[in-house]
Amino acid sequence: MRITCPCCGERALDEFAYYGDASVKRPDIASPTAMADFVAYSFDRVNAAGPHRELWYHSAGCHLWLVVTRNVANHEILNVEPARDVARATQQLPTPGRGSA
Amino acid sequence: MGEYSIFSVAREALRGHSGWKPTWRDAAPKPDYDIVIIGGGGHGLATAYYLAKEYGNARVAVLEKGWIGGGNVGRNTTIVRSNYLLPGNIPFYELSMKLWEGLEQDINYNAMVSQRGILNLYHSDAQRDAYARRGNAMRLHGVDSELLDQSAVRQMVPFLNFDNARFPIHGGLLQRRGGTVRHDAVAWGYARAADRRGVDIIQNCEVKGFRIEDNRVVGVETSRGFIGAKKVGMAVAGNSSRVAAMAGLKLPIESHVLQAFVSESIKPFIDGVVTFGAGHFYISQSDKGGLVFGGDLDGYNSYAQRGALPVVEDVCEGGMALMPRIGRVRLLRSWGGIMDMSMDGSPFIDRTPIQGLYFNGGWCYGGFKATPASGLCFAHLIARDQTHDVAKAYRLDRFATGHAIDEKGMGPHPNLH
Repeated sequence: MRITCPCCGERALDEFAYYGDASVKRPDIASPTAMADFVAYSFDRVNAAGPHRELWYHSAGCHLWLVVTRNVANHEILNVEPARDVARATQQLPTPGRGSA
Repeated sequence: MGEYSIFSVAREALRGHSGWKPTWRDAAPKPDYDIVIIGGGGHGLATAYYLAKEYGNARVAVLEKGWIGGGNVGRNTTIVRSNYLLPGNIPFYELSMKLWEGLEQDINYNAMVSQRGILNLYHSDAQRDAYARRGNAMRLHGVDSELLDQSAVRQMVPFLNFDNARFPIHGGLLQRRGGTVRHDAVAWGYARAADRRGVDIIQNCEVKGFRIEDNRVVGVETSRGFIGAKKVGMAVAGNSSRVAAMAGLKLPIESHVLQAFVSESIKPFIDGVVTFGAGHFYISQSDKGGLVFGGDLDGYNSYAQRGALPVVEDVCEGGMALMPRIGRVRLLRSWGGIMDMSMDGSPFIDRTPIQGLYFNGGWCYGGFKATPASGLCFAHLIARDQTHDVAKAYRLDRFATGHAIDEKGMGPHPNLH
């Protein structure tokens, strides 16, 4: 298994550190169901035998956090994106240079 | 089929081994059962056996998607031990060790239970103190353990690299009652023993779904048709999340791949099980002479039953640091098994939110040693709807209530346990 880093190109697996499921979202701490939400967020996983979105860190390379979509049934890597791009797209984080708050 | 004994072996030797019969019946599914166990691995078969032996005369079936012995029970490194630290774990694994000690007489099957000892090496003063604490915790629970200094370890295994510049061996924690058990024989022995007590073992029967009415399970849809059941137990570690998802459940589990290795056969070399404390490497020698060893998980979610080369290298480096003389032994085979890695590294034996549906899983890479106690406790839970005393900590809701059993202190990161 090799991962193609958007910054560094195709690299060996032992350059990367694994963090786990990228599909879980940190819940709203002000929600009335926050306790149950945080238990589910911290511990419960879908763990399906198919495409899996997961966080990898290019620790022996460019130090970029990546969201890798990988089929865990056969280790085929389907997509690699910088995690910051995913975060910006899904959580509307401020984009540098556009002056948004 | 009669009892296996020296007399049956001698009798069959005299008549050219023409009288042996199949070890268990190839049962066809009946329309319904009192109890259906999903998964014909070690845990499922042990559960069925103890259900039949200890908990009355329910009609029990074990459903196996492949063949008996073809799953994780045939893919582990055969080590048994009860050298745990935490109160939720020690009594359970010690019950398992006691059951191993009486297993062969109990099920009338030679499982090659060999209490050859397990030696965990320590390499620093701090690690010695941690092992002393673990050993004391074990002794307080009535489990054997001995803290050895370097000279005692030298007597046992003189060929280790004691003076490794980075990881000198200072001593070890020894559990003499630990050892190895022939893993296939455990599956076959439990299958035969369960079959002899009337359990139907149904192979090539994959569960495709659950039939649930008013939040109560009434049976399972399988590749061989619907099978009704008053109670259903899941014992499918490695695939727990997939099976539970068919009942709408989401578990605190990730599936990870763990590799194991066997070398070519060599003359008797290592008497017991030895583990390296400065990396992750454990080794024993099978009765056929092969060195059986392994180390860390690959570390990423996987259902693929194979790992990658970085871990092969890491495991072999651990081996070379510990015992450089194995460097010229050739590797014969390596393979991967899929582990149910739970969020705290400890297992589950519990009810589910669905009435009549019970869950056994999350065994991480320690499921084999747990097989007898897991079967007994799961049978107890299913038959009586009560948790067995030694399995009380293995609840599915323990994260919500703050009762995680984190033996390694890693937090909710399954790849680190």
